[in-house]
Amino acid sequence: MNSASAYITGSCIIRHNRIYLNGALLWEADQELELQEFLRAGYDRFSGQYPKFHKMDALSKLGWLAAEVLLKDAGVKLLPPEKVGMVLSNRSASLDTDLRYYSTVKDIASPALFVYTLANIVMGEICIRHGFKGENTFFVSDTFDTELMSTYPAQLLAVTPLQACLCGWVEVMEQQYEVALFLIENKQSEMGQPLTGAALSSLYQPE
Amino acid sequence: MADLKAQIIEQLNLQEVAPESIGNDQSLFSKEGLGLDSIDALELIVLLQQHYNLRIANPEQGPQIFQSVRTMATYITANQTVQA
Repeated sequence: MNSASAYITGSCIIRHNRIYLNGALLWEADQELELQEFLRAGYDRFSGQYPKFHKMDALSKLGWLAAEVLLKDAGVKLLPPEKVGMVLSNRSASLDTDLRYYSTVKDIASPALFVYTLANIVMGEICIRHGFKGENTFFVSDTFDTELMSTYPAQLLAVTPLQACLCGWVEVMEQQYEVALFLIENKQSEMGQPLTGAALSSLYQPE
Repeated sequence: MADLKAQIIEQLNLQEVAPESIGNDQSLFSKEGLGLDSIDALELIVLLQQHYNLRIANPEQGPQIFQSVRTMATYITANQTVQA
């Protein structure tokens, strides 16, 4: 489905300890780093000064870091907060954190882990960071459904007050992770292209 | 109190906070202090249970106990003495 009023204006892919911005390799960390080490290194390089990052679970850290990179120079942050929404998806929901939390229950259940036992918390962390207050939804599916992730955000931009929407895939299970985060806007930009499933697939390019 | 500060940092994942930067009387929850939140408060309760085997019998005591590192240390010392 083509949408004449929805454009992909930015992308951030994180996989294999590499971060790609708009299709180009932005940063590559040591391949030996484990996920938490990679996330800390990414935080130090692209952000810092946000201590709450260290309290997040891996899913939230991944989504938060991708948003940090993707939105660094994005004008979307100048939009009214209620005009920016989010639609994310993944395969494992919050299972990675659920299992960690469950392992604490036999001793003393961890409140800090408990608050991350929902997949959509990652969207909350991104919204808190950037002040977004628009509609958001989290889907769980086996693979990154580029058709859904093109038609649904396009529909949101067409029939709701949203003018921009972050959409994509934020998956983590133990050391396996992958993020594909896209900025969708209702206005064309220099680097933008119409939002279609094929365009998302091309930018996603799973390895 | 140095040990308690280190335990708080580890329990609350305050990775960018040095133990020596926390004042003994610094507020734990105000924005001018450490700026902890409600989840941190629950983690501090867990800390008391895990490290000192202490349970807060009266929840209304919480704000006083967790006012600062010094008030926490005072509570720990007093209650461990009572237990002994």
